[in-house]
Amino acid sequence: MKTALADVYRPEGALGGDDVWEMRLYIAGQTRKSLAAIANLTRLCEEHLQGKYRIEVIDLLEQPQRAQGDQILAIPTLVRKLPAPMRKIIGDLSNTDRVLVGLDLRAR
Amino acid sequence: MSQPVNETPPAPRGIEKAPTGIRGFDEITQGGLPRGRPTLVCGSAGCGKTLFGLEFLVRGATQFDEPGAIVSFEENIEELTQNVASLGFDLDELVAQKKLVIDYVHVERSEIEETGEYDLDGLFVRLAYTIDSIGAKRIVLDTLEALFAALPNEGILRAELRRLFRWLKDRGVTAVITGERGDGALTRRGLEEYVSDCVILLEQRVRERVATRYLRVVKYRGTSHGTNEYPFLVQEDGISVLPVTSLGLTHVASDERISTGIPRLDAMLGGKGLYRGSSVLLSGTAGTGKTSLSAYLVAAACKRGERVLYFAFEESQSQIIRNMRSIGVDLKPYVDGGLLRYQTARPTLFGLEMHLATIHRQVDEFGPSMVVVDPITNFMAIGSELEVSSMLMRLIDFLKSRLITGVFTSLTGGGNALERTDVGVSSLMDTWLLVRFLEGNGERNRGLYVLKSRGMQHSNQVREYVLSERGIELLDVYAGSSGVLTGAARLAQEAKERAEAQLRLQEMERKQRELERKRALLEAQIAAMRAQFEAEEAEMTTTSREHAQFEKELSRDREDLARARHADAARDTTHVHVNLNGGAE
Repeated sequence: MKTALADVYRPEGALGGDDVWEMRLYIAGQTRKSLAAIANLTRLCEEHLQGKYRIEVIDLLEQPQRAQGDQILAIPTLVRKLPAPMRKIIGDLSNTDRVLVGLDLRAR
Repeated sequence: MSQPVNETPPAPRGIEKAPTGIRGFDEITQGGLPRGRPTLVCGSAGCGKTLFGLEFLVRGATQFDEPGAIVSFEENIEELTQNVASLGFDLDELVAQKKLVIDYVHVERSEIEETGEYDLDGLFVRLAYTIDSIGAKRIVLDTLEALFAALPNEGILRAELRRLFRWLKDRGVTAVITGERGDGALTRRGLEEYVSDCVILLEQRVRERVATRYLRVVKYRGTSHGTNEYPFLVQEDGISVLPVTSLGLTHVASDERISTGIPRLDAMLGGKGLYRGSSVLLSGTAGTGKTSLSAYLVAAACKRGERVLYFAFEESQSQIIRNMRSIGVDLKPYVDGGLLRYQTARPTLFGLEMHLATIHRQVDEFGPSMVVVDPITNFMAIGSELEVSSMLMRLIDFLKSRLITGVFTSLTGGGNALERTDVGVSSLMDTWLLVRFLEGNGERNRGLYVLKSRGMQHSNQVREYVLSERGIELLDVYAGSSGVLTGAARLAQEAKERAEAQLRLQEMERKQRELERKRALLEAQIAAMRAQFEAEEAEMTTTSREHAQFEKELSRDREDLARARHADAARDTTHVHVNLNGGAE
């Protein structure tokens, strides 16, 4: 994969206005961790990416075949499809700092 | 093994087992892996863990109608398919037939940020989905340890692994989990902690530059199993585990006797030759004609229309055929006619176990009624005495179970005791023929002994073994006061005996004559002595007469003297004489 420096590190504010963040949140049933992850993600997006994000919640209990595509092992897993490169964050997203770092919304 | 080994397939008692279809493995474990439970297969890199798992799945799918799933954490589908294509496993085909499913789980730690609590439900969902997609009864996880590298929180991971194994058991799938060998532990990440039913250890060791793989069942709960280390091979058609005693001693012995092709040797062997399916050891020092003797056995078998498989480790096929022609045995028609097959290779080309497996495969393929291994001593170059002996034991067991006569030649070292060496296999042999040189008189001649032959009255005599263009001849040896004589010495001895007999006769006559002469001499001597005695006697008579004459004359002289002295001679004389005698004066 060819990666330009700009793709790897994209600090907040360097985002173009038209960029839409596409994210997938994988869960397996309505568990406590899943519900926490959904709530945390929604809150973060509203705070940092208002109006330019799209979240798809995938329940693997309903769509087990989708686990293969994004190589999902841990639940919950958040996958940032866009902007590239792809990012994976596991856990219930309760550690906000690490989520922001993981999503490149904050410098590492 | 405590259970009788002739129950094949062994009746599962207690634990139900899933046969792996891996050659030899099901015998060791008496049926295979524990059905519906996880088994840990551990070993260092390159020892065949993945292959073991794959063969378990492929055999399950093709032979036991149990579809299988492989969840690979290390190799992707293409890599796996390519790796086992050389073993004749067509994974693509099996996948197309819905008998196999491959799921490649790839995780890179660099992609993952941990932001809170999580579990491995994703993996469980994937496994469940994979298993359900074809109704898999078997699953291989290769290798779970990749998860430790991928996921940051070991605490969560361990808890989840414990749950995973529980879950696999609940699903009732027969699982194989591979694990990398760790220092001082079975696996690097301690996976053995979670798998308590069955643990199999694979190892690869290099000895004398020959690598051999070994398999050991470390643990198998609820079943008896072979605890030995079993060598195993990765061959063109999969894994072969070679259990030392897989066949046991339950083979049926044949009463049929087969000729050795040498009538006098048959005569030495109870008059009828060898038992079919027995093991024969031909031993001797270099150049004693072991190969020639085996060529006779081979020719005799081929003449009966039987197939012979000949493993030659010293000579090429054409060389053997040429050499045997020189003693009047033409093997070429049998080779051309497909009755005789030569398998020539240097022993050092492969490891011992590879040789054994090669022999197994060739025997399976060719279906001979006699197998010749010429010589077994060359195996010593690639294994210790114990290993060679163990390998030969398994080979002999194998041949006996098929009622194949095994002929093994063995080179005895010059310095060693003739009856010692033979790589400690003589006890495995039913018949042992020893060819040795009998030296003397500047010649070396061959002597053939039947050291043992089980189940028959065999000859205890030495025969002189003569190789000529007429072939092998067994002659009586001369056994006399000067020891055992052969060859020219035997001929010489026979001539000498004749000469000696002649000589003894002449000597007798001479002695007779001498006696006669002595008798004549003695008689002459007696005559001479008698003559002498008579002469002496005659002389004595003369002397005594002379003496009387002398006395008479003396007396007369004295009288004459007295008369001359005018004395009363007679009285005076008497008086003086008395005085003198009394000594009283």
